Amino acid sequence: MIHLENIHKTYYAGSPLHVLKGVDLDVADGDFVSIMGASGSGKSTLLNIVGILDNYDEGNYYLDGRLIKDLTETQSAKVRNEMIGFVFQSFNLINFKTALENVALPLYYRGVSRKKRNAIALDYLDRLGLKDWADHLPSEMSGGQKQRVAIARSIIAKPRLILADEPTGALDSTTSQEVMDILRQVNREEGITMLIVTHAREVAEQTNKIVNFKDGLISSIEDIKQL
Amino acid sequence: MFDLDTWQEIWLTITRNKSRSLLTAFGVFWGVFMLVVMAGFGVGIRHGIMDGVEHFEANSAFFFTDATSEPYKGFQRGRTWNMTMSDYEAIKHQYADRIKYMSGIMFGERGGSTNNVVRLDKFGSFSVMGFSPDYNRINPSRILQGRFINDIDVREYRKVCVIGKRVVNDLYGPNEEVIGSLIRVNGIYYTVVGVCEAVSKNINVFGDPEELVNLPFTTLQRAQNEGDKVHSIALAAKQSVNIADLEEEVKMFLKKRNSIAPTDPKAVGSFNAKKIFDLFQALIIGINALIWIVGLGTLLAGVVGVSNIMLVTVRERTQEIGVRRALGASPFTILKQIMSESLVLTFLAGIFGIVLGVGVLAVVSQIMAANPSENMPLSNPQISFGIAIAALLVIVVAGLFAGWLPSKRALQIKAIDALRDE
Repeated sequence: MIHLENIHKTYYAGSPLHVLKGVDLDVADGDFVSIMGASGSGKSTLLNIVGILDNYDEGNYYLDGRLIKDLTETQSAKVRNEMIGFVFQSFNLINFKTALENVALPLYYRGVSRKKRNAIALDYLDRLGLKDWADHLPSEMSGGQKQRVAIARSIIAKPRLILADEPTGALDSTTSQEVMDILRQVNREEGITMLIVTHAREVAEQTNKIVNFKDGLISSIEDIKQL
Repeated sequence: MFDLDTWQEIWLTITRNKSRSLLTAFGVFWGVFMLVVMAGFGVGIRHGIMDGVEHFEANSAFFFTDATSEPYKGFQRGRTWNMTMSDYEAIKHQYADRIKYMSGIMFGERGGSTNNVVRLDKFGSFSVMGFSPDYNRINPSRILQGRFINDIDVREYRKVCVIGKRVVNDLYGPNEEVIGSLIRVNGIYYTVVGVCEAVSKNINVFGDPEELVNLPFTTLQRAQNEGDKVHSIALAAKQSVNIADLEEEVKMFLKKRNSIAPTDPKAVGSFNAKKIFDLFQALIIGINALIWIVGLGTLLAGVVGVSNIMLVTVRERTQEIGVRRALGASPFTILKQIMSESLVLTFLAGIFGIVLGVGVLAVVSQIMAANPSENMPLSNPQISFGIAIAALLVIVVAGLFAGWLPSKRALQIKAIDALRDE
């Protein structure tokens, strides 16, 4: 699903900061992978590049066999819409839209009619146990509920890949576990490839594979046997 | 491209952010409102000044005499002279191809404090003037009953008069027959043949026509024992004639016929209605130009305000726009959304401004109609459909203009900004 070859990335804010120093990584279709590392190790940057939210300076990135390089904004928007779902630490729900409208948004950009996309969104909310909250604004919901809305939003367009940047970072341990259970369930049932950035060991251990990051390079990859 | 769904999305964004939208729209609303109200008042001022005035024959001049100020051909300076019937006929003949209407004018004695006009047991003090029939075409009054002075009256020195409606008011009871009755003016009895009222309140050459007794000017010559003297001459030139040129030519012609120095500045007086009309026109154009400059300026300030607020909100909406981008909104979609929001906001605000502006003008109109005031140079303020359409076009352009900068800014927002914003 994801094939990275010698990815380099340097930020030029003040003094040049070489964040990624030649990363090679393969993630198989349907895999559930976490990336761990200290702050500033480059794990979030890597996630941004994989999500085509940021570009890279050197190397090659293939997503589902397609080289992702020098795409225009419009092209990358299309790829993101069709292939990738995002889950963020701070949820990033649009605060003036209800849960239902937030979930339905990716389908809006795909051109699905309002009636149809709202029906689908309600179905997804139902699956995540939030049917009764469909008409509520994000400000009326708890963190765990918001993250579940965000997950519903990320999977509604049936992406091939979900990228989650610290999905449990703003949640307590109980809700964290709920969210991880949902992500694992989505991975298992929908066969969607998951890539999670986290610095919580107990979160990472629930994935199939932990990629450890250090100073812009992969230091080790651990395989975890899930029971 | 713009389907119902797009509009619903835009409408949702506007209505879910009410205070932001209201603030943004207010500038444009206010600008348009002011523009409409001021343009309406501009029209009102034009009405106020020009009401009825347009009936006045603008391409006209009046001539009168004064003592000479230069010695000439053995005459001393300071000689008083009068125009005569032969001058009148000579001008009529000499400039026949250029004159449209011409009237001799006689000033009658006004009793001053004495009551010079009497009917039965009623009396009053009114101005008395002698005119030709054409005078009612140069400076028209509306004939309410009967007729104005005609050619036969003038030719046969008939003792007839046309009286203003306030004269009627003072001398007649409510149901008394006016036409055909006799009134005594400065000691002589005249038959009333017509009643008139003023068409224009704003232009009176020889006093208010409603307080005037009009006689045939030849009759007045005889009544006052003035032989063939003509006190004043009014003439209206044909449309293509430059009245200022004709005015000068007639003055020279009169000087020549009456042994007055051609250089004498004082002996032949005249005034030219066109000059006054041109002044009015210039005044009105000036007022309107001022109104549009100020109005469009206000509107521009409103547009800049909208643009400014949109710019700030785009920054505020970084997260929203970033999330939209991450979820697959293309830059063009974002551009379209911001521009459409701006356009919809300014359009609605503009329509509201027009409607409220027209409403205020209607109320002012009503109030003014209910409380008529003679001295108010304002009547029937309103805007034409054309002005409303023009204002609407300005708004649409303004909306596009206001949305341009913010949407450019929004385009620079990348999805990654939403993630960084933590």
